[in-house]
Formats: sequence, C-alpha cells, structure tokens
Amino acid sequence: MGGILSRENIIRWAALLVLLALIALFTALNPAFLSQRNLARIAIAAAPAMMVALGVTFVIVMGSIDLSMEGAVSLAAVLFCLLFVKLGGALLPWGWLAVPVIVLFGAFYGMLTGLVHVRLKIPSFMASLAMGFVGTGAAVMITGGEIVRIGDSTFRMLLTWRILGYPLMVYVAIACIFVALFIQKHTVLGRNFYAIGGGEELAHASGVNVRAVRIAGFALAGAFYAIGAIFQVAKLGQAEAATGANFMFVSITSVVVGGVALWGGVGGVWNAVVGVLIVNVIANGMVVIGLPNFLQDGVLGVLVILAVVLATDRRAVAFVK
Amino acid sequence: MYELRAVEKKFPGVHALKSVDFKIARGEIVGLVGENGAGKSTLMKVIYGAYQPDGGQILIDGKAVRFANPRQAMEKGIGMVFQEQSLIPNLTVMENIFLGYQEQFTRLGVIDWKAMAAAARKQLAKVKLDIDPRMVTSALSFAQRQLVELAKVLTLEERVEGDLVILLDEPTSVLNKEEVALLFKLVRELTSRASFIFVSHRMDEVMDLSDRIYVMKDGQVMDVLARGQAEAPEIQRKMVGRDIDREYYREQKQVPYDADKVLLELSGVGISGRIEDISLKLHAGEVLCLVGTEGSGREAILRTIFGMVQPAEGEVRIDGAVQPRLTPGSAVARGVGYVPRERKIEGIVSGMNVYENMTLSQLGRYSSWGVLAVGREKALARDWIAKLKIKAHSEYADCGNLSGGNQQKVVLAKWRSGGSRIVLLDHPTRGLDIGAKEDVYDMIREMSADGVGVVLVADTLEEAIGLSHTIVVLKDGAIQHVFDCRPGAKPSLFDLLHHMI
Repeated sequence: MGGILSRENIIRWAALLVLLALIALFTALNPAFLSQRNLARIAIAAAPAMMVALGVTFVIVMGSIDLSMEGAVSLAAVLFCLLFVKLGGALLPWGWLAVPVIVLFGAFYGMLTGLVHVRLKIPSFMASLAMGFVGTGAAVMITGGEIVRIGDSTFRMLLTWRILGYPLMVYVAIACIFVALFIQKHTVLGRNFYAIGGGEELAHASGVNVRAVRIAGFALAGAFYAIGAIFQVAKLGQAEAATGANFMFVSITSVVVGGVALWGGVGGVWNAVVGVLIVNVIANGMVVIGLPNFLQDGVLGVLVILAVVLATDRRAVAFVK
Repeated sequence: MYELRAVEKKFPGVHALKSVDFKIARGEIVGLVGENGAGKSTLMKVIYGAYQPDGGQILIDGKAVRFANPRQAMEKGIGMVFQEQSLIPNLTVMENIFLGYQEQFTRLGVIDWKAMAAAARKQLAKVKLDIDPRMVTSALSFAQRQLVELAKVLTLEERVEGDLVILLDEPTSVLNKEEVALLFKLVRELTSRASFIFVSHRMDEVMDLSDRIYVMKDGQVMDVLARGQAEAPEIQRKMVGRDIDREYYREQKQVPYDADKVLLELSGVGISGRIEDISLKLHAGEVLCLVGTEGSGREAILRTIFGMVQPAEGEVRIDGAVQPRLTPGSAVARGVGYVPRERKIEGIVSGMNVYENMTLSQLGRYSSWGVLAVGREKALARDWIAKLKIKAHSEYADCGNLSGGNQQKVVLAKWRSGGSRIVLLDHPTRGLDIGAKEDVYDMIREMSADGVGVVLVADTLEEAIGLSHTIVVLKDGAIQHVFDCRPGAKPSLFDLLHHMI
C-alpha cells in the first residue's frame, strides 16, 4: 500500500489531473479557449453551481443525499427578488438586507428537509426530492408563473464590476469556498459530518447527536443553495420558478466527478471545487470547439459513470444495490 | 489426503506464509491456532481457494491441484463455514442451503420447491436440526444458523466424489457453552463423512476437539502437536514465543476500591423481556464484571447505563443524581464511556485518523464556538500514542489500517483522555491476540487505580474472575448472585457456572 499510486492519492489528485488535461485538450483544439475572456465566462457560469455543489457536498459526506436544490434555488431566487424589490429595489439603503434574510431562509428550508428526513425517518433522497418539488411549486404559486426582475445596477455589480477581468461574483464565490473549507476542516460540525459518514453507529456511541448533525447538514446545504440562488439572480437579473432548473444534475455530477464518495465519509470541498470546474470546462469547451449542444448532457452522464468507476474500490464492494 | 507442501504467500510488505506444510487425513480434526497476524486466515484462504499460493503445492490424494476460486475448491470437496455468518437473512433456510446450486431443482428455470425442501430436510438431518426448511433464516437463533451453515457445506457430500475437508472459522464465538458442546459432539460424529480444520481463539476448545494442533507464528508452522502432547500454557508459549506468567490478569495490581464513593447506581431497573429488577452499585476504582450467557441481559444493562435504551422501571443514578432521560450524549457529558463489542461498527471510524477518532466523543473540549483546536487534538493523540505504545506511524494514521489491538487502544484512549470516570467495556479483548490482551488488562488496572469505575463484560470466565473486584452473575435478565473477588479469595469457575446455568 502507500506510495504515490495509493488510492488516497489517486482520489485526491486524479480529478485535478483530469481538469488540467481537459484544459490542455480544449486549448490545443482551439487556443481561444484559454483566453482571459473565456476563462471569465467559465468562472461566471460555474459560480452559482459551485455554491450548490458545496452545499450538497456536506450532505453527501454524511452519507445522505440531497435532491432538493432545484426547488430550493428557485424558491430562494424568487423570494430574494420579491424581497429586494419590496425593500426599495436598490442595494442601498435597505435592499442588501435581502441577502442575509434569504441565506437564513435557505438554511431554514434545508432544516425542514432535514427534519422531514430525520424525524419522519424518510430516506434522504425521497425526503429531499419531495421538498424540492414543494419549493418549485411554491415558487410557481408566489410568482403566478411570472418573471420577477431586478434592475438595480449596484446589485448587478456582482456581475458587471470586474477586477483583473473577473467579475466580483467570482471573488465572492472563492471566499465562500474558503468558508466551506473552514467548516470542513476546523469546525465540530465538519468533523461530525465525516464521523457520521464513516460510521454512524460509532458516532452515536461516542455521544454525537447524530440527528441534530444531520439536520444541521441539510440546513448548511440550504444556506449554500440560497447563496447560489442570489448569484444566479445577479447573473440573470431576474428570477422565476425555473431558475433552479438543471442544478440538480450539474451539482451532483460535479461532486461525484470530483471524487466525493456517494456512500459518505470520503472526499470534501476540494473535490467538489475541482468537479464543478471539470463539468464547466467541458460544457464550455464543447461550445468553443463547436460540438452540438445536445451532446453535452450525454457527455456529462458518461462522465459521472466514469468518475464513479474510477473512484470506487470494487474489490471492497463486491455488489452494490 | 489433503496436503500443502512448502506453500508461500506474499503480500506487498508482508510475507504472510513461509514455506508452510500442512496435512490432514481422512476423518481427522485438525486445530489451527496462532496470534492475530500469524497467518491463520491467509492459510485458510489458500485452503478454500480464495487466495492462490505464490509457491509450493496443493495436493489432494497425492495429485497437485490449483484453485482459481472458492467454487473450484468446493468442487474438490473443500468447504468453508464462515466466522461472520454468511447466510442471507431474508431468504429461507433451504434457499440458503442450495444458494448457487439450484439447478438440480429447476426445470426450464422454474424451481420445484417441494423437491428442494425435501433435499434441505435431508441436509438438516445431518446436523440434527429439526426445523422447517421453509423458515426465513432471520428467525433462527445464532446457534441454529451456524448449524444451517454447516448443513450447507455438507451438501458437498452429494455433489463431490471423494473426501470432504471442512474449515470451521471461529464457529463458537457466538455460541454459549451448551451450544458449543452440541456442535462439538456433532463435528465428532461427522468425522465419518469429512475431515475438519478448526480455528478458534479459545485454546481449551481447540485442545478439546482437535486430534492434532498446528501452531502458527509469523507465517510459519512452529509446531504440530498430537492430542494430549501439550498443555495450554505450552501451546500459548509457542504462539507468542514467551511465557504467559501467572500474573496474566495483573492480579498483583488489583487494589481495593473506594467503597465510600458510589459513581453509578442502578435501582430496580427493568426493561420488559430483557432485564428485571437490576440493582447494583459501581464504586470508584472498582471493576465490576457482568457474567452470564448470551442473552442473559449483560448487554441490555450496559446499553441502559449509556442511555441507548430507556429503562421501563427503576432509576439510574450517576454521582447520586437521578438520570431520568439519559441519552448517549448526556451519558458522555456525565463521564460515561462505552467500548462496544463490535469494534469495526461502533468502536472506531475507519477512514478517520487517530486524533480524529480520539476526540470524537469530546469535540466540545477541543473547540470553542464550534471551531476546532486541531493543534491540541494532535498533541493529545501523540501523547496517548506514546503512553499506550499504539503502533501507528503517526497521529495521521488511518485507524482502519491499525491492528485490532491498536484500534482497541485508540478507543480506550478516547474515553480515558476525555476523563470518563465510568467506563463500560463490552468484550474488550474479543479477537485480540495474547500480547494485545495483556495491554488491555494493564489499561484496565491503571484505570481502576486512577479511580475510574469499570463495568466489564468479559470474553471468558477466567478473564472475568481475574480482572474483577465484584462479579454479578446474571441469568434470564435477573441477578442471581454477587461475588466479592478480592485477590486470593476469588470464586472458581464452578462457583460462577453454578449460578449461570
């Protein structure tokens, strides 16, 4: 065991190597890929998905799964727009208040998902899937199917104000990644996620309040979904019931491609970050080299299977259900 | 009949089998003993075809054979009764017995259940088990499952020409005394049909059952002893290469406990169907041993004290204060630590490293406002790695890769470093080799010298007698008798058995 080619090292670095290889490949096919403008485009496209992926990473590390992100993002985006408009429609003097309120709302929504999962003992995939539909439904109901717009130029600076060629949103996203890393490495909550993912019985027998940690994990995920929703609104300048569409597949694909194990306890924020970049580089690269749009989903699907195949120690798990 | 000649097996970094010669004759029962890591399980895997040897020969009736997988070995008459029971609980007994070999009862893919049931009954009769083969396996007791497993292996008799060799891997670990006796009687009778290789940690059982005993150490066969040729201490010495002295259980280190200081008190605790009217006191520095057969209520008492089950009647007091709604969380907060029997499931998180495992129960102490003080965690782990001589390359070592004894040390360090004053130990030495056991005994003595109260469910009665200040004998969920176990005035095995059965 041990050595450079140990499983731990492969899991840690394989995804990054894949990312670098992809960048090299697309650049070779079309040098415009590596232009600063295109990289900025990738970064902007990746920012909201990154937040959602970070959120779901914590849940997956616990050994659960959260499929509520589409509904959560839609509902948070719609509520954010409505609240922002209600608070004057401009970031100053009061519009900014919508940001913390919506992040808290996201946490509350995630907590509800967690409560449904833990208290009613419904498997997490089912509980979260259902809560996701509830969110989409609520978003439709609130908007009546309409689009809600935000025109405030100060708020849109998240997208329009560029530092070194990258919009502000990208820097905020990077800050959020560091927050997530800090939670993973340096907080009791982060440690407990890994303990539960690695051995739930044991965590229980060590006096860890497993139910509370699970609920907290879903709440944390919800908060990150809400940040993702705010980014998405800043990007599009509007929100509707379909704002969250597509986030489920992209975020879970990213997390898995990055090397977070679906059975819990393995991988983390770093893997999610690399995974999101891989998925976005592929999506962007296929456009740059002129592949038809409809191929993208297919390619991503194949990618997930490949990633799981590579990351799974199939000698250890003889059969899976 | 079956023979291994100079068999070699190497893994990266480990020379697991060094030129092993092994022989078993028709109708013979051969015991296989050795410490953990001596190469017993590797040898067994070679025998039943899970591993292919790197060198040497496997001979059956003088002819060299090679097995690519266990199924090929089975076709040559070699069957394995697994330690972790390998029956599928949601299938019926007969489906389990003929799993993988249903073709004989199928026609065009449709199974003739009646024929299968009849055939299963025939197999069950071989092991004298009178149950309906249509029963779902999960409804059986552990002992019954063990017999079904044996019956499953005995189906080889009809399928295979020639002789059978059956491996029994720790078959007695989940059985009580009478069940063990029954199993042994059965195995002896079955020697007319098969030869047996018997692997167990329990020396007395191996000596009782085996015609010859292979003693392994460091991947080599140290000695082969015929029945009656050696006493247990001599075999143990060959296994470890040193003497197990009379002070094995550290009796000289047993000091009287502090009778004035009651840490834990149960009064009239009952859980319907499990335990009734349990009253006992645990004092500072006392080792209190719960003795009884499987299902006598030992585990239920431990789980009650740790708040994993709520008593229907009675009270639990910790430091004199009644604990009306104890949870594992609040039990830990009040200084209770629990070392469960299933080390892999409830003892350590594999995948997490040493310091993460050690602080898992006390993250509150190593954090402020939810932020961890990782530096202090590591310092703690280094400290205990040195103190307990844990064999790990550093505090970053993955606990899943440590040996059983070292894992157990990490678990004990977790509770001791957290300042637990009441420590519940459920079979703390199960599956450990002798050296690691002695380390655990040392730790128990040190804990009690430090004023920690220990509630112990021991692996053997000798261990219980050797270690404890007080023995509480349980039967069917009720206390039968309480023994005082001062050094020099310890009860005998017979005294305990008398109250257990």
